[in-house]
Amino acid sequence: MSPYELLIAPFAEFDFMRRALIGVIALGLGAGPVGVLMMLRRMSLAGDAMAHAILPGAAVGFLAAGLNLFAMTIGGLVAGFAVAIGAGAVARATQMKEDAALAAFYLVSLALGVMLVSLRGSNVDLLHVLFGTVLALDDPTLLLIVGVSTVSMVTLAMLWRPMVVECVDPGFLRSVSRAGTPTHLVFLALVVLNLVGGFHALGTLLAVGLMMLPAATARFWASDLTALVLTAVLVACGSGVIGLLVSYHLGVPSGPAIILIAGGAYVLSVLVGPIGGILLRLMPRRHLEA
Amino acid sequence: MAEEVLAFRDVTLGYDRHPAVHHLSGAVTRGELVAVCGPNGAGKSTLLKGVMGLLSPLSGSIARPDDGRRIAYLPQAAEVDRSFPINVYDIVALGLWRRTGLFGGVSRADRERIAAAISAVGLDGFERRTIGTLSGGQMQRALFARLLLQDAEIILLDEPFTALDAATVRDLIALVERWHGEGRTVLAVLHDLELVRAHFPRTLLLARSPVEWGETRAVLTPSNLIKARHMCEAWDESAHACEAERAA
Repeated sequence: MSPYELLIAPFAEFDFMRRALIGVIALGLGAGPVGVLMMLRRMSLAGDAMAHAILPGAAVGFLAAGLNLFAMTIGGLVAGFAVAIGAGAVARATQMKEDAALAAFYLVSLALGVMLVSLRGSNVDLLHVLFGTVLALDDPTLLLIVGVSTVSMVTLAMLWRPMVVECVDPGFLRSVSRAGTPTHLVFLALVVLNLVGGFHALGTLLAVGLMMLPAATARFWASDLTALVLTAVLVACGSGVIGLLVSYHLGVPSGPAIILIAGGAYVLSVLVGPIGGILLRLMPRRHLEA
Repeated sequence: MAEEVLAFRDVTLGYDRHPAVHHLSGAVTRGELVAVCGPNGAGKSTLLKGVMGLLSPLSGSIARPDDGRRIAYLPQAAEVDRSFPINVYDIVALGLWRRTGLFGGVSRADRERIAAAISAVGLDGFERRTIGTLSGGQMQRALFARLLLQDAEIILLDEPFTALDAATVRDLIALVERWHGEGRTVLAVLHDLELVRAHFPRTLLLARSPVEWGETRAVLTPSNLIKARHMCEAWDESAHACEAERAA
């Protein structure tokens, strides 16, 4: 098989592959930086909780209007924002830490979703919500994903400074500005937006993968923030493209293929990454003079 | 009479109705250099949080400048996430927040200010080092450089010299005296009474309730220090409502 047949032909020949390509690159551009900030805030698992929170909302949208992009997106957004803002507000207004508040809210959201679905008595096929359909992105869905990615990047560019300070020294931010709480809520909103954008392609649960795995991978290659974000975006987009090609050539489902490629990059980085990778630590090297 | 920049009017600060600072009255005038001393749990850090507006009084009030940005606050160092991939230059540059705000850029003159602040605390050559690689003393120097850039009229320092070596304390106390010379008001929570006697003209000795507030020499007397040591530990689950507040 020539390199052209291997790498280019699938995209050149098939419209659905080109759409998927645009979709995964847009997702990577949006979710990569958000994932880095999640990781640095020690909220890596909060993304997963948020994905669980979105699932019932999307399911209710599906129940109400079938496989309707608008209904499912609105359902996911409402459930996600309710959980994110509710948990964020409880954490700020009471003595409760955000992880516990988030756990409480997403569990209620999940239970409520299951209850609503069962009350309808319908055996809904939730495979779309769970695993997405990156190879069947229609125009509106693609526009939604690209729109989310654009909003995400523009918002991050505008609020980058307070978002970083909120992570590194929240006490300082409180002392110079009242922007801390709004910034945090905007950040949580970005997480929800990216997950909702991602679930049409990858499903709610796997969408978190494209957010967190590239960020975790980047930690083994970059030590400053700019490099971390660039590496994460590169890994996210790269995993998307390679995952699509693997899925095409081997005939395996594309969503899991994309996340498994990102997972492979992570495992490789844990082993050989120049910053804290295992192999480098095992290699006997003389210590430095200063 | 010098202008009052902070005034405490029978203020009680605390957590969940339990007072940590109990019925404090008094004022800080412009340009004063005040040490806040007292045993652990005396309410010293709580007092600074109250001044910053991070904690609302349970009763009484604190009068402070309307523009809270005129106050700079250095909390106990533990609040900074040292594992965050940010370098010395960027963390010091945050001191320009009052000028740059959320969105503003950093001008050439600002960059010169940042370099001067880093140089003033003796961290030349450390600009690109991430904060995770700094020693405790170097980190505190970086935070003092950030304070320098904040250019605040009132500076609150919470145990700024804890766990630092003598040379670092000497360099940083020189900065505090420089601020004092520039007419800025400084309130510092300190445990080293020798340091307080040597450098701080005024002292508030706090033991939940104020023990004494005035000239350092007159405040840090053996009898006052014994009184402060015998303070009751705060937080009694079965405490009654405060009679003084009921009377007020």
